[in-house]
Amino acid sequence: MTRILKPIGFWLLVAVIVVYAVFPFYYAVLTSMRSGQALFDPSLLPNSFDFSNYVGVFQQQPFALNILNSIIVAVTVVVISLFLGVTAAYALGRVHFAGRGLLLITILAVSMFPQVAVLSGMYEVIRLLGLYNTMPALMLSNLILTLPFTVWVLTTFMKELPRELEEAAFVDGASPWTVVRRVFLPLMWPALVTTGLLAFIAAWNEFLFALTFSPDNRTVPVAISSMTGASQQELPWGNIMAGSVIVTLPLIVLVLIFQRKIVAGLTAGAVKG
Amino acid sequence: MASQSDLTRARVRSAWLFLTPMLFVLALVAGWPLLRTIWFGFTDAKLSAPGLYKFVGLSNYLTYVDGRWLGLLANKIWWLSVWNTVWFSIVSVILETVLGTIVALVLNANFKGRAIVRAAVLIPWAIPTIVSAKMWLWMLNDQFGILNHILMNLHIISSPIAWTANSSTAMWAVIMVDVWKTTPFMALLILAALQMMPSDCYEAAKVDGIHPVKVFFRVTLPLIRPALMVAVVFRALDALRIFDLIYVLTSGSRDTISMSGFARLQLIDFAKTGLGSAASTSLFLVIAIITILAMTIGKVRVSEDAAK
Repeated sequence: MTRILKPIGFWLLVAVIVVYAVFPFYYAVLTSMRSGQALFDPSLLPNSFDFSNYVGVFQQQPFALNILNSIIVAVTVVVISLFLGVTAAYALGRVHFAGRGLLLITILAVSMFPQVAVLSGMYEVIRLLGLYNTMPALMLSNLILTLPFTVWVLTTFMKELPRELEEAAFVDGASPWTVVRRVFLPLMWPALVTTGLLAFIAAWNEFLFALTFSPDNRTVPVAISSMTGASQQELPWGNIMAGSVIVTLPLIVLVLIFQRKIVAGLTAGAVKG
Repeated sequence: MASQSDLTRARVRSAWLFLTPMLFVLALVAGWPLLRTIWFGFTDAKLSAPGLYKFVGLSNYLTYVDGRWLGLLANKIWWLSVWNTVWFSIVSVILETVLGTIVALVLNANFKGRAIVRAAVLIPWAIPTIVSAKMWLWMLNDQFGILNHILMNLHIISSPIAWTANSSTAMWAVIMVDVWKTTPFMALLILAALQMMPSDCYEAAKVDGIHPVKVFFRVTLPLIRPALMVAVVFRALDALRIFDLIYVLTSGSRDTISMSGFARLQLIDFAKTGLGSAASTSLFLVIAIITILAMTIGKVRVSEDAAK
C-alpha cells in the first residue's frame, strides 16, 4: 500500500509546488489577454487572445518612456558597479594591507542598511546636485544597493585565483592596472555575468528611491504601481497586467538561462557573508 | 630583498589607489546620507524649507509639552508600525523557512523533470516585487478576484472577502504574497546546503532502517543548520525593512504600515524631515543591533570550529 501511496504523495507535492509557483504569473498572462467584459471572466483556461491591452499600455501610458528610463538606470548602475567592483576587488582580494578586514566588514554592513535610513540624507544630496526628478538621481542612489554585494562577490572570486597569475606579469614590469585589465578581467567573466545580472535585477526592481526621488519621471515599477484609468476608482487591470507581463518576461527568461550562475552568486553572497 | 619590499609597498599604494573611487562613491551614497539622516533626527527640518532648521535635541524622539508626551516614542502609529513590522517578519520568515525547506528537500530528490520544477520555483523570485504585488492585488480583488471565486465555488467562504482592505485579513494578505515571493530564495540557499552534505550519513541511516522523518531531524537538520541560520538572518533583515509590497498591496493602511512605511510617510507625505529621520534612525539602530548580534554569534561559531 505504502509503495503506491508514497510516489503519489510525492508527485502530488511536486504538483502543488509547481502550481503554487507558476499560477499567479499564468493568471496575469490570462488577464492581460482579456479586455472589456471578458476581464471579469473568472475562467482558468485561456479563452481569449485579445492583445488590445498590450497596445493600450503604450498608447494610454508613457510606458515606452518608463521602460527606456528603467533600462538607462539599470545599465548605468551595472556598469558603474562592475567597474568600481573589479578595481576594489583587486585591492581587497589580492593585496594584503592593514585595515582590509575592517573595510570588508564595513562594506558588508552597508548592504544591511535599510534604504529608508539614507532617504532624507540622500534627498538633500540629490536636491543639492539638482538631480531631483531625473534618472541620474536613481543611478546614484541605486549604487547603495548594488555596490556592496558586487565588491563582496568579486572579492571572494578574486581571492580564489592562483597567485602565479599576476606574479609573472609583475616580473615583466606590468602596472597593476594592466594586470587587472589583461590578466584578471578575462578570467572574471563568469563572476561579472552573475553579479552584473543580480545588480541589473536590483536596479530594475527598485521602488522606494524611484518613488521618492523621481516621482514624475517614472521608472517601470513606479509606473506600474501608479497606473490609473479613466476614473480613479477603476484600475485598468488589463493594462496593468499587460505592462507587468512585458517587463517580467525578459527577467524570467534571463533568470532561467542563468539559473545555475545566479544560485551560485546568491549562495556566495550569503554563505560566505 | 629590498626590491621585494619596495614592490610590496608599491602594491599597497596601488591598492589604495584602486580602492579610492569605490570608497568615495560608497561614502557619497551611504556614509554621508546616513550621517545627515541621523543629524536631521535631532533637528526640526521640514522638507518644504531645506536649510532652514535648528537643533532641537531629542524632542523628535520624546518631549513633554503642555502636560503631554510628544515625539516618536509617544506616537501610537509608530508603535503600531513597530508591532506590524515585527509580527510580519517573524511570521513570514518562519513560513518561508518551513516551506523553503520542504521545497529544497523535494528538489534534492532525484526524479524526472527536476530541472523543470526548479525552474518553475525560480519564477516568483524573478518577478519584480511591485509586479507581484499588483498580480496578487488583482487575484485578491473583492469583486472579481479569482481567489474569492474559487473559495466560494468550493463553499469555503459564503461571501467575498476584501482581503487587502479588511483589517483582520490585510496583514495575512501581505504575509501570503511575501511568502510566495521569497520562498524560492530560501529554498535555493537550503538546497545548496543540502547538496554539499556527505551522502554517507544518509546511507548509514538507510542501512539502519531509520524512519526518514527521524533522519531529517537527527541528521539533515543539524548539518544544514549553519546555512539555514545565515539564510534566516538575511531574510529577517530584509523583512524588517519591508516597504514596497505593503505600499502597493494595502496602500500602507494602519493595519499593515511598516517602520519603513511610517518613516517615508513622515518624511515625504507629511514633509516632517525631523520626525521621519528620527524614525529612520530608529529602524537603522534596530537592524544594526541585530546585524552585530548575528555577526558576533556567527564569528563565535567560526572560531569554535577553528579550535577543533
